[in-house]
Amino acid sequence: MSLDTASSGSKPPVLSRSNLSYHVYRLVNQPEKILGLLCLAVLSVLVLGPLFEIIHDALVYQSYDLAYRPEAKVGSFTLFHLERVFTGPLSKALFLKPLFNSVAVGVCVTVLGVGIGSGLAWLMVRTNIRFKGVFGALAVVPYMMPSWVLALAWLSLFKNDRIGGNEGMITSFFGVQPPDWVSYGFFPIVICLALHYYAYGFLLMSGALATVDSELEEAGAIAGMNRRQRLWRITFPLLLPALGSAVVLTFIRILGTFGTPALLGLPVRFFTFSTQIYASLNARNSGDAFVLALVLIVMAITFIWINSRVIGIRKSFVTLTGKGFRQREIKLGAWQWPATIAVAAFLVVTVLLPMLILLWESLVITPGEYSLKGLTAHFWIGKSDIDIANGEPGIWHSPGILTALWNTIKLGVLAAVCNGMLGLLVGYAAVRGRGTLLARWLEGVAFAPYIFPSIALGAIYIGMFSTPWGPLPALYGTFTILVLITVVKNLPFTSRTGIAAILQIDKSLEETARVQGIGWFRRMAKIIIPMSSSGVTAGMLLTFITATRELSLIILLLSPANMVLTGVIFSYNEHDMTQHSGAVTLFLVMIIVGANVLVRMLTGGGGLAGLRHT
Amino acid sequence: MEEIHLTGIRKSYGKEVAVRHLDLTVEPGAFLTILGPSGCGKTTTLRVIAGLEEPEAGEIRFGDRLIFSRQKGVIVPPENRNLGLIFQGYALWPHMTVERNITLGLKQMGLSAGETAERLDAALDKVQMKVYQHRYPSELSGGQQQRVALARMIASRSSILLMDEPLSNLDAKLRTEMRGELKRLHRDLEATTVYVTHDQIEALTLSDIVVVMDKGLVMQQGTPYEIYHHPANLFVADFIGDPGINRFTGTVSRNNGAVGLDCGDLWLPVPGDPPANAKDLVATIRPESINVSTEAREDWLKVTLESIQPKGSDTILQVRTGNHSITLLQPGFIRMDLGDPLWIDFETAALNFFDVESGTNLNQYPPA
Repeated sequence: MSLDTASSGSKPPVLSRSNLSYHVYRLVNQPEKILGLLCLAVLSVLVLGPLFEIIHDALVYQSYDLAYRPEAKVGSFTLFHLERVFTGPLSKALFLKPLFNSVAVGVCVTVLGVGIGSGLAWLMVRTNIRFKGVFGALAVVPYMMPSWVLALAWLSLFKNDRIGGNEGMITSFFGVQPPDWVSYGFFPIVICLALHYYAYGFLLMSGALATVDSELEEAGAIAGMNRRQRLWRITFPLLLPALGSAVVLTFIRILGTFGTPALLGLPVRFFTFSTQIYASLNARNSGDAFVLALVLIVMAITFIWINSRVIGIRKSFVTLTGKGFRQREIKLGAWQWPATIAVAAFLVVTVLLPMLILLWESLVITPGEYSLKGLTAHFWIGKSDIDIANGEPGIWHSPGILTALWNTIKLGVLAAVCNGMLGLLVGYAAVRGRGTLLARWLEGVAFAPYIFPSIALGAIYIGMFSTPWGPLPALYGTFTILVLITVVKNLPFTSRTGIAAILQIDKSLEETARVQGIGWFRRMAKIIIPMSSSGVTAGMLLTFITATRELSLIILLLSPANMVLTGVIFSYNEHDMTQHSGAVTLFLVMIIVGANVLVRMLTGGGGLAGLRHT
Repeated sequence: MEEIHLTGIRKSYGKEVAVRHLDLTVEPGAFLTILGPSGCGKTTTLRVIAGLEEPEAGEIRFGDRLIFSRQKGVIVPPENRNLGLIFQGYALWPHMTVERNITLGLKQMGLSAGETAERLDAALDKVQMKVYQHRYPSELSGGQQQRVALARMIASRSSILLMDEPLSNLDAKLRTEMRGELKRLHRDLEATTVYVTHDQIEALTLSDIVVVMDKGLVMQQGTPYEIYHHPANLFVADFIGDPGINRFTGTVSRNNGAVGLDCGDLWLPVPGDPPANAKDLVATIRPESINVSTEAREDWLKVTLESIQPKGSDTILQVRTGNHSITLLQPGFIRMDLGDPLWIDFETAALNFFDVESGTNLNQYPPA
């Protein structure tokens, strides 16, 4: 009984040949380790590789810098890009103004959006407001839509003569020009983004509210707290983690969003970081764009860090178990109907009205003339007519759009399949290897894309794949790069789905098979995949939806050869072909709604519940 | 029938040592139970034998076959060890019928369709589950699931069977029934069996050999009789037996010509002569080895009844004398009033003596 614990394990010789084969053989029999190493290697190339690549590119002279510094040697170390962005004469336009605009937009939208979302969540979960089912379904629609649909609708309504071309409905009906601050820039950007991104706050907060036990509040009442004290001392601290996630999620999305600030900001040269990165890349100053993308990432990380400091990284609240509690509905009394009408009006304005405006837009024959007489289906099904829209055919006959449609679906399906598989494999390696350094690294790297704002990730991918990189060819302009970046951006979500799915499969189910002589591939095929399929399928369909509506992430990587529907809409809008952009947008929305219906059918209505994990 | 032979096995998880040092031989065809409290390393030992955990040191052999040796660089993966294994939670695949649950592994072995069907039938017959062949596990009760898991293990016809607390998810009555069934199966199958449990009744009723473990070390290995009546140390003495064993600490001395263990206010008569340099030791006795009388008897110890717990077939009595509380077990349903006087007598032959410091059984009296 007195055997020494620490030193009794005499180490075998390290470099003998049998020892080496032993280690190789051992590794072969630990599939989760091999898998973990493979996943980690692939993810490192796809996630960390690009990051180091743009840090490198931002710190050395590039060939395009020779225009400014003819004496420079391409590839040698320089602070030139940093100086240009942070201290040079251009710094104010390149860095300070976009920084100020991004932060201002981000803060305003986050406050407004999370506020609206939380208020809506409280009304829907805790009060006796009417029509909860319909409202609940409508309130999450913005999550499925491209974020810039509202911006397109806004332009159709409030466009003025500032940038020429046709004017909006307000001018057409009332003959007045909306002032610039209404038509473009800060104000409409904040409104449009807030009316879209409130969905994140709503989803997260309604999930959290639904798990707070009313009894806790009642216990406070018995302890002599008044209504306000109960709210501040009990309910609010319990909701804090969800609120924190909502704030972080919204803010990072806003930092990386491109569509809305581009549509509403670029005409009046109102730049945010995302549009400035786009402009710098278009002006072939990639170095500036890379520096700006890095600043964005640093901002996002700082923000996550502050949030985790304030709220506490692992603050867990035992009451959030969803077990054995009841909820009391707060009676709104005389306010029941006014509240119901207000919510109905809000949802009509944010969800249905934009669709109607775009539908109307797509049906008018002359841009800017919104009379019921001039309605036409030409932009949907018409053949090329030289008198209308410079001969651009309706979307049903436009080869460009049909190609983009095919690309969009292809992108959605490929990304979904790759994400589903990768998520499952990452989940498997992370769960079976729990507690090892490898598993921790793997989970960390899979989560990393979360902190890259979409546009910054796009910039990173340009930096990395514009030239051959290691064994990979130059992927810029190919379809592959769109799939790659979509898979990577969705990885934090799908790897969590995968981890959750594998956690549900007890280790012993696999070990039993192992002992019976069933090898790894057959275990995957016969046990792991069938048992995790429902969760993974839901995750895949959600990836499909996010992939088809994506613009910010891929706008920098699109080219005529790999065009997708969102890119087509953006370019129609740039060319002031509003009927086409309206029609294509509605078409895209129909595809997304169809996919969502499929998700709901396959997951028994629980499709969107999975979103709360993001 | 194969022998299992473990030497110098050591396994830890990070800083936590699960198995410190283990030498164990399971005779061909024997039913060996590893018994111990949770965290003692018993499940780890089983998983090491199965190959689901890799020890840091030591050697494993099945018969002549070297299965694992860290020193010689040999490791046979669990897939190739030809074992039958059953888990506490049964580990039935929920998306497969009973039939598929059993045949999946058989198909892997490359058996013909005929042989597979024959083994399936035989295994299901053995556990009387033939009629449930096409059900899914969720459509079966806990006991039936247990039988399917058994059938799956039987169908593999492995010469080594490993069982990890297979009965602990069942309710008390079903557990007793399945215990009998396991014993019958073991006799039929003649496979070398390693059974892990924290339930001493299972260990005592089923096993040829019981291994008691604590904190990653073997505390005692022996037949159920040896474990129960001659515990090697105080840990085993305390761990085995329900109600628990009685302990008395004192010095052996002579008093008025009689020799006994002087425990302060309790005098426990023992045979023989006191040793020259008498020191403290611990004496233990099982509750059923103390005789009880309701009438005063000469030389018997008078005690007071403190609590009484009739279990039906027998009754647990808690009695007191001075500072000592003593547990007694008597057959039958006894009804008495608290506070009643009782007279007790210790069966001297049933006493075990232990060293106070090391806790090991002195195995002899008087101690040297």
